[in-house]
Amino acid sequence: MPDAYQLAPPLPARLPFERAALTAVAAGLLGLLLTLADADPHRQQTWFYAALGLLSVGTLGWSWLKYGQQPAGVRQDGLWQCASTSRGAAAWVTGLVLTGFYIILYWFPDYLTHLIRPLDGFSHSLRGRPADQWFLYGTFYTLAVALMGARALWKYRHSRYQAIRTLSVMFFQTGFAFILPGLLQLFQKPEFYFSYFWPLKYDYLFPSTVGYLIDNGQALGVFMVFWGAAMSFIATPILTYFYGKRWYCSWVCGCGGLAETAGDPYRHLADKSRAAWRWEVRIIYPIFGLIILITALLWLNTATHNVLLGSISGKAAQWYGFFIGSIFSGVVGVGFYPIFGSRVWCRFGCPMAAYLGLLQKHFSRFRISTNGGQCISCGNCSNACEMGIDVQQYAQRGAPIVRASCVGCGVCSTVCPRGVLNLENGPREGRLLASTLIHADSLRILS
Amino acid sequence: MTAAPFHLVIIGNGIAGISCALTLRRLRPEARITIVSGESLHHYARTALMYVYMGHLRLADIKPYEDWFWRENQLDLVHTTATALHPAGQRVSLSNGLTLSYDALLLATGSESRFHDWPGQHLAGVQGFYNLSDLEALSRDIHGIRRGVVVGGGLIGIELAEMLHSRGIEPLLLVRDAHYWSSSLPPEEAALVDYQIKQNQIPVRYHTELREILGDAQGRVRAVRTTAGEEIACQWVGLATGVRPNLTLARTAPALETDQGILVDEYLKTTLPHVYAAGDCAQHRLPAAGEVPIEQLWYTGRMQGETVAHTIAGQPAPYRRGIWFNSAKFFNLEYQTYGRAPVAPTDGLSSFYWQHPMRQVALRIYFETSDSQAVTGFNALGLRLRHAVCEQWIRQRTPLTTVLARLAEANFDPEFFPRHEAAIVRAFNQQFPQQAIAIRPKRRLFF
Ligand SMILES: Cc1cc2nc3c(=O)[nH]c(=O)nc-3n(C[C@H](O)[C@H](O)[C@H](O)COP(=O)(O)OP(=O)(O)OC[C@H]3O[C@@H](n4cnc5c(N)ncnc54)[C@H](O)[C@@H]3O)c2cc1C
Ligand code: SF4
Ligand code: SF4
Repeated sequence: MPDAYQLAPPLPARLPFERAALTAVAAGLLGLLLTLADADPHRQQTWFYAALGLLSVGTLGWSWLKYGQQPAGVRQDGLWQCASTSRGAAAWVTGLVLTGFYIILYWFPDYLTHLIRPLDGFSHSLRGRPADQWFLYGTFYTLAVALMGARALWKYRHSRYQAIRTLSVMFFQTGFAFILPGLLQLFQKPEFYFSYFWPLKYDYLFPSTVGYLIDNGQALGVFMVFWGAAMSFIATPILTYFYGKRWYCSWVCGCGGLAETAGDPYRHLADKSRAAWRWEVRIIYPIFGLIILITALLWLNTATHNVLLGSISGKAAQWYGFFIGSIFSGVVGVGFYPIFGSRVWCRFGCPMAAYLGLLQKHFSRFRISTNGGQCISCGNCSNACEMGIDVQQYAQRGAPIVRASCVGCGVCSTVCPRGVLNLENGPREGRLLASTLIHADSLRILS
Repeated sequence: MTAAPFHLVIIGNGIAGISCALTLRRLRPEARITIVSGESLHHYARTALMYVYMGHLRLADIKPYEDWFWRENQLDLVHTTATALHPAGQRVSLSNGLTLSYDALLLATGSESRFHDWPGQHLAGVQGFYNLSDLEALSRDIHGIRRGVVVGGGLIGIELAEMLHSRGIEPLLLVRDAHYWSSSLPPEEAALVDYQIKQNQIPVRYHTELREILGDAQGRVRAVRTTAGEEIACQWVGLATGVRPNLTLARTAPALETDQGILVDEYLKTTLPHVYAAGDCAQHRLPAAGEVPIEQLWYTGRMQGETVAHTIAGQPAPYRRGIWFNSAKFFNLEYQTYGRAPVAPTDGLSSFYWQHPMRQVALRIYFETSDSQAVTGFNALGLRLRHAVCEQWIRQRTPLTTVLARLAEANFDPEFFPRHEAAIVRAFNQQFPQQAIAIRPKRRLFF
């Protein structure tokens, strides 16, 4: 392949309305900076909500112009030519800003005070308490899922699977990961996220959290502990058996929700090479093993009244929280969206994904079927796979795709120009069989 | 002293050449395999050229295999042009000055664009669209232009129109017949494609051919004149009027019999000993009933490559294409076809056509007019059909009413997509009241 080719035909000029929408987004970001810089509480409030308004109007307007105004269908023109989606300067700036935000959020939240204070009123009415950095984070996160979810709804409106799935992640993020935990706090109950389970939300099965929930939540707390354990050990295997890991990763989970909405412009950046796949296996399963070990040690320690291990298991849990819970899932996972794609955490780090993946690979009815011999090896499916699966390797052999990492987002199927791929739940028998319509070796077509 | 291993030399690294190489590697692990190609070092998917232009993919993304693949499978790649055949000495000369000896030689040299000797076709800014240099020329010549004329109402023609359109350049399409792709699509199906063309605001001249291309003082195209006498100003012309076998190398061996393509028997053997031909460049002396002598498709290239590898490996296998299938996408409209689905009214064949009243969805089922009413073929637009099921129905000569009653089994649309079986059967019962059928309950892979 003559890689020296630099094929860069001009991108069509942006229309005035599109420019206006992008300007609104930029002005919104500027507004947030002004909020940070202004010490006057009254003006902070004004800047802040004007900024959110501009960001919302700009994002919705841009999405509507870009997708809503075009005929429904696959829209990815210029994906690898536009700087912001092809690791150009704009992408690096976005990545740095996101990474910086996470670092400040986790370790220097005082700098965010000017952004937090304007949310006090909202926080009081939702949670009955002043805002803190996590409330700011939750608000931004939910807003991102909602706005970029609207964009995804326009972009994928030709696919009902994508539309319903997008509505689902928007619903779970807004309802289960934002409003409900807030209301629980309003009613003096423990803050609890019904849509996160061990081992992703690892501390939900730590002795300290279990103790806290039972002591502070009375009957509801007991229910929460029961819910968490039942979801992890009963519902997860059952749902994964019937639907594959997608029931969680691309329908319910908040990390997945952000990836599928705010991360959608970056999904093609996931590395498809075999080398990346090897790293994935090397990293994700040890992390899964580590959190199992830490959880077990914590319980052992509790059972032996700290005699056996002293503070070691507690320290291990702290380190895990720092490196995996904060740095990996937040700073790297989201901060690097514009460089490595939207599922870095889900692919390389998330222990829940590892657990679901093992179930999906060995104990599930889910697979992506390949339609006989129709594949033209165009590579659109692999390109669209946010989990870095080289889908085409399976499709061009007529083989079904059964991969631990597949989150069932269905975008490979959506973008395939030949209708080759279909996400299906079916009998496990023959789940791995390739189509006989493709190989000369399966002499059916030749004899 | 051990004998040198069997040496297969393949000229052309398109799908036909590569499929042969992979199959032979599987059948004869010890064979030496050398693949010579002048276009690119690595195999790439010609079918995906348009996606590179539109920025959906990068050049590296349309390589169906990663670069390590070739070395790991001991497939030697030589990036150069083969200039002459020496059948007597079983040798091929290469443009880099080297000569390769072979035990078997596969000619998989593909096609080249076919022009009709139009006046002005050598002007700058006039081109076909087949290979990487065409892609490069297109990217270069289309900078800053307003309108390009695309000649040809076939698959490549509409691809070019879509490519220009994606760049905000107006493509004007010249179509010889009354409808788009009338050699393959009956009028109803063609009307749906025409609608796509209209929806994307692509101007078309039906019943119109190219008469001449007019240049300016610098030797660049400035306009075309059509057979209707119209002069259309344009800055670029794409000639998508078909391809013909690339015989440049074949012609260097006078004993190698050629016609339009390299003549081959059913084992894909040419008239020279140890020399085979497969893919776009091969012409079958005795095509099977209802098949064409030169097949210019990705799928048939793959099948021919796989088949010829068996013969080369000493397991002679005649080429049997099997039941026809193909697919395409016209802007946002997907198209699949299976079996015998002729455009023109054919003796002994009828068809039942259904089209959604509002959406761009249509299905045509061809069946024998005789009492058997055996189904012979399908055309599907905006609807995905399961290859294996359609193939089986056609092969088993399943009666029309059975196929209609069990249509859901052939559905390959993603989950949650609107289902049309009931409407299709209703339409059938209206058109053929004497054969009215009851629809069976839906059967999908769902549990
Ligand atoms: C834009 C486009 C879109 C298409 N889309 C579809 C589609 O959707 N579905 C479908 O079924 N088909 C499609 N086709 C057709 C399909 O791509 C071809 O039928 C197929 O690629 C032919 O494969 P091949 O291996 O026979 O030849 P090719 O792919 O043409 O490969 C032959 C190779 O041999 C090289 N070569 C020739 N002579 C020499 C020599 N003397 N020395 C060294 N190298 C040489 C050539 O440079 C070329 O790289 C499309 C074609 C084009 C151009
Ligand atoms: S293989 Fe397809 S469905 Fe699975 S994660 Fe990748 S793009 Fe999504
Ligand atoms: S499965 Fe579809 S998208 Fe993937 S390579 Fe094949 S034709 Fe292209």
